[in-house]
Amino acid sequence: MSVDKDTVRRIARLARIALEEERVEPMVNELNGIFAWVEQLGEVNVEGVQPMTSAVDHKLKMREDKVTAGGDAKAITANAPLSEDNFFVVPKVVE
Amino acid sequence: MSLPATPTDFTLADARDAVATKKISSKELTTAFVKTIEGARTLNAFVTETPDIAMKMAQASDARIAKGEVRPLEGLPLAIKDLFCTKGVKTTAGSRILSNFIPPYESTVTQNLWNAGAVMLGKTNMDEFAMGSSNETSWFKPVVNPWRARNSNENLVPGGSSGGSAAAVSGNLCLAATGTDTGGSIRQPAAVTGTVGIKPTYGRCSRWGIVAFASSLDQAGPMTRTVRDAAILLRQMASVDPNDSTSVDIPVPDYEATLEDGVKGLRVGIPKEYRLDGAPPEIDALWQKGAEWLKAQGAEIVDVSLPHTKYALPAYYIVAPAEASSNLARYDGVRFGHRAEGVREITELYEKSRAEGFGAEVRRRILIGTYVLSAGYYDAYYARAQKLRTLIARDFRQAFEKCDVLLTPATPGPAFALGAKNSDPLSMYLNDVFTVTVNLAGLPGLAVPAGLTADGLPLGLQIIGKAFDEATVLRAGRSIETAAAFGAKPSKWWTA
Repeated sequence: MSVDKDTVRRIARLARIALEEERVEPMVNELNGIFAWVEQLGEVNVEGVQPMTSAVDHKLKMREDKVTAGGDAKAITANAPLSEDNFFVVPKVVE
Repeated sequence: MSLPATPTDFTLADARDAVATKKISSKELTTAFVKTIEGARTLNAFVTETPDIAMKMAQASDARIAKGEVRPLEGLPLAIKDLFCTKGVKTTAGSRILSNFIPPYESTVTQNLWNAGAVMLGKTNMDEFAMGSSNETSWFKPVVNPWRARNSNENLVPGGSSGGSAAAVSGNLCLAATGTDTGGSIRQPAAVTGTVGIKPTYGRCSRWGIVAFASSLDQAGPMTRTVRDAAILLRQMASVDPNDSTSVDIPVPDYEATLEDGVKGLRVGIPKEYRLDGAPPEIDALWQKGAEWLKAQGAEIVDVSLPHTKYALPAYYIVAPAEASSNLARYDGVRFGHRAEGVREITELYEKSRAEGFGAEVRRRILIGTYVLSAGYYDAYYARAQKLRTLIARDFRQAFEKCDVLLTPATPGPAFALGAKNSDPLSMYLNDVFTVTVNLAGLPGLAVPAGLTADGLPLGLQIIGKAFDEATVLRAGRSIETAAAFGAKPSKWWTA
């Protein structure tokens, strides 16, 4: 499987990373180099093999469904590049 | 115990005993490291030095010692990889996008260390978001390996991604450091800097407060000058944590207590698939020597097979980017981190902030991850890679029916020159060929210095163990360390 310029533009858009037009072609080549190498996984017969869902044999824990943290808007917005009255500021999204 | 002439030459174990018995104060010890760090900025091992915090913590430790209250790491100065969130202290993950991020909370692992009395010297440099094997992807410029080849002035990479921690430990800029390991990021830099590093079993240390890369693979671990020091530090880092549902509630043993028990009767597996075509003969020779050392101490050497080994690296380069693309979606230029200027539309704000904030390797991996998770490709890539993980883990399980630990090389070669492997991502990825299998299977792996190349550069061996059997891994590593008698240190050229 290989990607073309349109696919790279599409996945850059999905990933929300601006990609200048002159970077598209080199990225196509880099990704295709990696995908060609990854292709070898196709040699392996994986029929009937379950995909790994946990690296160690361990059952996920359950806990009581209650709020244990939060409610500190000041701390949460402290690192925001732009904030006002404990709100995050974004460009206008509604006309 | 014999005290070294300079306090920075202490091992963690010796410093612990010296501080606890008041042969040296934490203030004296910490001052010595703070000064050494200032004189070693050429190495670029630290993104942030925290001398004021260090001195305050040292004084608090000395006050406790005066009252007879000595905790396990009381007054011992450590360096922290800049992937661990430290409350009130800038935490960058080696990225521009977090270059001004000041966490309002502390990671569980570092909190455990402070609760045990440790002193923070600063935050160490690393590959951006832990993606790299040479430290060259850091927004804060590469770290320089304290080691140089014999009769050479060429700067070498310290490995990665925990390259700053490895350089700091190797150059005696701290007693020990924390690292994280997603595909080899503790063990590969440890091996190429002549230091010890262990990636514990997945779930042994809490991941809470560690900037996430690939959540099913990431684990924290210690980087130290001796195996004993790794045993001491790991015990304090490990814990079960309600904030990380994958941290495991299995008691943390006293690894130091069983360290000298030897390898008599231990079955050591040699996986034939770790013999690479085209690997330098020195790597194979050292591996063989390692097996002989263990055999001479009473271990039984067993040939084993891990047939899916060659698929580990390609499977990793699907799983890790896929998880990274999801984890790194949080960097949006809105809630924290870098925000692009002069943007009037929300999508453009995301796209520009992320394009400016992420470096080339991180962008590449996010795109790979986005692609393999996108509609229509999930089964062909991600689901298949996760099935390969099942097969790789099964290989290990079957091998461990015949042996107790595995012995392998740690890296395919010694430290290389800055810039040597930047043109081709695949040649960089191959650095992790011996380490990445362990992350995919969730097992513990230890890198221990075992010898020097003809050019005088350090090489390591790796011990792989069963899940949660770090005690045996460390014990076998200690036997390698004893036999190798690796006493070499880099010449301190950077202080000139």
